[in-house]
Amino acid sequence: MNVVGRTRASVLHAESGRLLWASFITMTKINIPTPLRQYAGKQPTVEVKAATVSEALSGLVSKHPDLRRHLYTDEGKLRSFVNVYLNDEDVRYLQKDATALKDSDTISIVPSIAGGW
Amino acid sequence: MLKIGQSNYDSLRQHGEETYPHECCGVLLGQMGGELRTVSSVVRCGNTRTDSPHNRYDIDPRELVRIQRQGRERGEDIVGFYHSHPDHPARWSPTDLAEAHWFGCSYVITSVEKGKAAVTNSFELTGSDEADKKLLDEEVEVI
Repeated sequence: MNVVGRTRASVLHAESGRLLWASFITMTKINIPTPLRQYAGKQPTVEVKAATVSEALSGLVSKHPDLRRHLYTDEGKLRSFVNVYLNDEDVRYLQKDATALKDSDTISIVPSIAGGW
Repeated sequence: MLKIGQSNYDSLRQHGEETYPHECCGVLLGQMGGELRTVSSVVRCGNTRTDSPHNRYDIDPRELVRIQRQGRERGEDIVGFYHSHPDHPARWSPTDLAEAHWFGCSYVITSVEKGKAAVTNSFELTGSDEADKKLLDEEVEVI
């Protein structure tokens, strides 16, 4: 199988050699909005290895711990004004954090824009 | 400080007149350079707050994702946003502050009085997090 841009992660049983678990992990690009770049090495995008949206976001804050408090509450929940999009879809309308990633997917973190007098 | 060309400046003010008595809203694309934000294009957005459009605005995040992507393809970043205050001063409100999350960006507000754009002011969202954020007056240079 010729797999480009992703690696196959697997767990083999030491004695039987049986495949216990396998998952495709993709390299996912995460777009960082301008106000958060200062906490992400001033980069407009960060690439992480992940199989799901949840893993991608975890990978992001592991790489750049200063981002955590801007994305998550003290209880570990994504802040209400932080929108996470997979390509052009809000992950809340997909499988949320469990949404699987495939090659060439792009995640965008988009703080909300609203107001009025 | 916010630097913006005359045509872009006129465009965002005119947008407020066109949507009057409802609030207009949009995105400022350009370059961030320390304390200076230079606008190279203005993108009009729809106001999704159809329940109270005369005093509230909200930009669909999906539209923001698209604008951000198209901007990046041209080497532009989101440097700010604009909206109008129909028959209300061009000052930020408690709602504007509560809903502002793009630190280091400009929030431009135009008062529209009886359908005519009046005063346009800009405010920079400063602070390190939600607890200490502030909207501070900033100079607008129209070039």
